[in-house]
Amino acid sequence: MSISCETINELNSKARIIRRHIVEMIAEAGSGHPGGSLSSADIVTALYFHVMNVDPQNPHWPERDRFVLSKGHAAPLLYAVLAEKGFFPKEELLTLRKTGSMLQGHPDMKSTPGLDMTTGSLGQGLSAANGMALAAKLDNKSYRVYVVMGDGELEEGQIWEAAMTSAHYKLDNLTAFVDNNGLQIDGPIQKVMSPENIQEKFKAFGWNVIDIDGHDMKQILEAVEEAKTVKSRPTVIVAKTVKGKGVPFMENQVGWHGKAPSLEQVKEALQSI
Amino acid sequence: MTKIATREAYGEALAEIGEEIKDIVVLDADLSGSTKTAIFAKKYPERFFNIGIAEQDLMGTAAGLATCGKIPFASTFAIFATGRAFEQVRNSICYPKLNVKIAATHAGLTVGEDGATHQSIEDLALMRTLPNMTVINPADAVEAKKAVRAAAAHEGPVYLRFGRLAVETIFEEDSEFEIGKGKILREGNDVAIIATGIMVGEALKAAEILEKSGLKAMVINIHTLKPIDEEIILKAAECGAIVTAEEHTIIGGLGSAVAEVLAEKKPTPMKRIGIKDKFGQSGKPEELLKLYNLTAEDIVKAAKEIKR
Repeated sequence: MSISCETINELNSKARIIRRHIVEMIAEAGSGHPGGSLSSADIVTALYFHVMNVDPQNPHWPERDRFVLSKGHAAPLLYAVLAEKGFFPKEELLTLRKTGSMLQGHPDMKSTPGLDMTTGSLGQGLSAANGMALAAKLDNKSYRVYVVMGDGELEEGQIWEAAMTSAHYKLDNLTAFVDNNGLQIDGPIQKVMSPENIQEKFKAFGWNVIDIDGHDMKQILEAVEEAKTVKSRPTVIVAKTVKGKGVPFMENQVGWHGKAPSLEQVKEALQSI
Repeated sequence: MTKIATREAYGEALAEIGEEIKDIVVLDADLSGSTKTAIFAKKYPERFFNIGIAEQDLMGTAAGLATCGKIPFASTFAIFATGRAFEQVRNSICYPKLNVKIAATHAGLTVGEDGATHQSIEDLALMRTLPNMTVINPADAVEAKKAVRAAAAHEGPVYLRFGRLAVETIFEEDSEFEIGKGKILREGNDVAIIATGIMVGEALKAAEILEKSGLKAMVINIHTLKPIDEEIILKAAECGAIVTAEEHTIIGGLGSAVAEVLAEKKPTPMKRIGIKDKFGQSGKPEELLKLYNLTAEDIVKAAKEIKR
């Protein structure tokens, strides 16, 4: 499949809008996780605005593609995408983390239209995605399942239990992303508890592995298309990313994992984006 | 009288209901021979998923299947289902109120020889604390089958507790079963014995012994620990003395559930028969029940003490 420059440009400008929402939402909430939301922004934008077959008017449509944000702390990203896609009014975005909001601190499928799975406790999303992919196989349905994990999240043992399951049941309708931004709360992943070499680990678990630059729309889309052609094996796309991507003063700064920007900083961030 | 383990009844019921409800899928963690899900697996191999020795993934995969309209029964031993995978049950199943049935076998001391590591004596307490969870502990094979059917028909997470030990069948095939409804098995007005699971049989024996010493005991079966049947507990309180009996720690299980109701609505003298805040050990199930004071005689003793 050839991907037009127009498509790439559209997705890039959509991702900028999403990044602006993320910064504004977290500032308004006074807490949240900007770093990991910004690093996954291009991937999730590409999925919802080009790849996935979903219907905002019918969020529970049984044939829809599924998405699981296993790194649930990037919730602001997913909420911004769902609102831009039309699952709920954009005004809701500024209620993030507030009492009574449909936008909980971490994704709650019972509260937010368009959310396919409740996540937030790291390590649990891939298992749920496996369940969805198994259900598709069982019902002979053609929908695909996408899941985004963090690289630090790979330290959770359940991820590797699930990685075995995906390969054992030959879930070729499952595509996983690892947002490889290299940072976790306590510091660089190599220093805290290295999950590397991520590619070799997944290969050893029986997965098809694709390496990309997680901020290059063309590479994201091509990898997703390639994954669709792989039979009998799940695919993991290891996406090299920059934590805080798009906001220069947040980029590669571990301190911006879970901190809200001030009004001054919001201004600066929005200008940069 | 023939003795049947509730896990046997579970396996048979699952295979039966699987024929009627095509959305039922079954997951196990390498214990299908013991949990008896192997019966279903043989009949419906395409709807059975062995997840291997990975209980956290077991619960998460079940949750994912449930989001797509399946009715997953996830089975392993009670200790692993509720202990090892507690947080998966909480965050991936109960919080999103997914339609997963956690059908755990080998609960309680009567696992026997495997010893304390495998004797789940705190599972009812753990599951009872979770919002959206329904907790069911059947007393015999008949009730176990009815519980499986009721759980499948119930929308939302259910914890089903089954045992390894073969136990006497108490109930008639046509007995009624409704989630959340306790049952008076024997009328009496001197003392009420409220029991759950395999202790229901002991409670009935205790009532016969008490009758010989002139005490008329009401016997109540509580198969659903959550939601608890408050009405029947308040009726029991009219006896003025209550003994609870469970094959579980006295912290957080049936005794606690009954005490919570009584403390707020009708304070009544009571005693709890259960495991007194300690771990189990290896041994023959019947010997362990004696050693840990979980017999009809222990119930009788408690009833007499409370009436003194």
